[in-house]
Amino acid sequence: MKKSLIGAIALAVFLSACAGKKVKEEPAAAVEEKSPATQVQAPAPATGMDESASTASAGASDASGNPLTDPNNILSKRSIYFDYDKDEVKAEFRSLVEAHAKYLQQNSNARLMIQGNADERGSREYNLALGQRRAAAVKNAMNVYGASDNQIETVSYGEEKQRCAEATEACYAENRRADIVYSGE
Amino acid sequence: MPRYLLIIFFWLCALVPPAAQAELTIEVVGGASQQIPIAIVPFSRPGQTDALTPVIAADLQRSGLFRTLETRGVASQPHDLAEVKYPDWTALQAQALVIGKIEPLAGGKLKVSFRLLDVLKQTPLAGLEYEITSAQMRGTAHKIADVIYEKLTGERGVFATRISYVTKSKGNRFVLQVADSDGVNPQTVLSSKEPIISPTWSPDGTKLAYVSFEKKKPIIYVQSLTSGQRSVLANYKGNNSAPAWSPDGTRLAIVLTYGANSQIYLINADGTGLKQLSRSRGIDTEPVWSPDGKWIYFTSDRGGSPQIYKMSTLGGEAQRVTFEGSYNVSPYLSPDGKLLTYVRRESGKFRITQQDLTNGQVQILSDTAQDESPSYAPNGRQILYATNMGGKGVLSVVSSDGRTKQRLSEAGGDVREPSWGPWVN
Repeated sequence: MKKSLIGAIALAVFLSACAGKKVKEEPAAAVEEKSPATQVQAPAPATGMDESASTASAGASDASGNPLTDPNNILSKRSIYFDYDKDEVKAEFRSLVEAHAKYLQQNSNARLMIQGNADERGSREYNLALGQRRAAAVKNAMNVYGASDNQIETVSYGEEKQRCAEATEACYAENRRADIVYSGE
Repeated sequence: MPRYLLIIFFWLCALVPPAAQAELTIEVVGGASQQIPIAIVPFSRPGQTDALTPVIAADLQRSGLFRTLETRGVASQPHDLAEVKYPDWTALQAQALVIGKIEPLAGGKLKVSFRLLDVLKQTPLAGLEYEITSAQMRGTAHKIADVIYEKLTGERGVFATRISYVTKSKGNRFVLQVADSDGVNPQTVLSSKEPIISPTWSPDGTKLAYVSFEKKKPIIYVQSLTSGQRSVLANYKGNNSAPAWSPDGTRLAIVLTYGANSQIYLINADGTGLKQLSRSRGIDTEPVWSPDGKWIYFTSDRGGSPQIYKMSTLGGEAQRVTFEGSYNVSPYLSPDGKLLTYVRRESGKFRITQQDLTNGQVQILSDTAQDESPSYAPNGRQILYATNMGGKGVLSVVSSDGRTKQRLSEAGGDVREPSWGPWVN
């Protein structure tokens, strides 16, 4: 008697627990028609770097005349990598940062944006702030090397623009990054 | 109910294939130690099956405070008070009984009437009638579940509230959505090719503030949920992010960088009166207001690691609130202001944590590892948050006593950035 009662209760709980999963009786589409949806047309994604070739003049250059895209020129290197939860520009990236600062000095019309990024772990808002601080750290280093403030803009994408999408340390390291993008690129 | 049984049921349920829909589906694990056994008799509805009581049962079940009993084998199936034979329900060991009916009215409307009965005392506890359209069926079920919950637990229910969240589809489309508290009836608020983060409800539930990257940088928008109209709240140099409404809805705390460190500012809801609040050399972000409007709790790494601090909304010195651990972020206060939930990193795992602000007691509530964005239900009994299961973003709910856990996931895409909306009226 007791066993069958437990069985009945068990069955009841199983059925009701399963019923708890199926929580959809009415089509959502009808509701969505009434919803105040706003479609955002995002701007076209950034294009390649070759378009800006004609604007560059000073500095070493490749056959196309643009030092920024010459793979043999340090100016073609655009990424600065950071340690976890850190915003210090490491020694290995100083020459890269210095080269871009000097380029800005020599090309007063050149403008660049530093985009800070963070790996996906932890709070999105904190990562946005961390990406910003990384971008600002690169900018401050450029200032030290003589670049002027009005040529540099900083922005953070936080963890929203992951270059590498796997949950591995190698991927996290790739995403802890600031990128230099010149105006017109 | 032994816990291992529930876990077995959970796995049995997992074998039932979920229907492929863009709605959130729910799995429940655990429950309170003392669950109220409740019998819900399917409501009568001429010519149609009753779609109302399954929603009521699912709501109560999800709270973890109720055990819904199978009623199909019971000899009497009452729909009116006069038809109730209490011995049938005593035999089923029900403490409470719900009966009701759905009747067609002129003009295509429906009349829903229900009664909640105390089986032990054999007395009615509540009885209400609703005149609805068929589109209001689910909403009415949530309202009835709220009445039952409040009568039997003494606390106001949250089943008729809504939640917001962001989905990311495989095609990298970000959609800000608002849905019922059970994840059903999703409505699109904004669809974008660029990320949307940090949506948060105005206290009256009519607007969302959020951060959109559609202009290639984070900008704060406020959007009406009734008209769909939206406006820019803050688009200053650098980042604009982390909006949080004041309890009276007249102001927001936001985070601006002006190209340097993230700092907290206050701004009127119409975008005027910008004023800097925090002034530190570190990151100050993720502001939230205390329910009395006097304090801003926020994340700051001014002490070397990210921790929760609080400061007066009038300015002044900040006081540190969290002391254990080296990473405590994303604060959110319970509606009574006594509990603080946040995300703590411990041994590489990010977990939903709750701190009692009256006695300082700290408890890890979740057993997942990549938790983000906790927010309390309006009655403070549950915390909604985002986590990762099998490489996919899902929403989870944990009761503030840590006993009941639910997972809400969407077939196909990632779900993230949840926020629990307020009670409306």
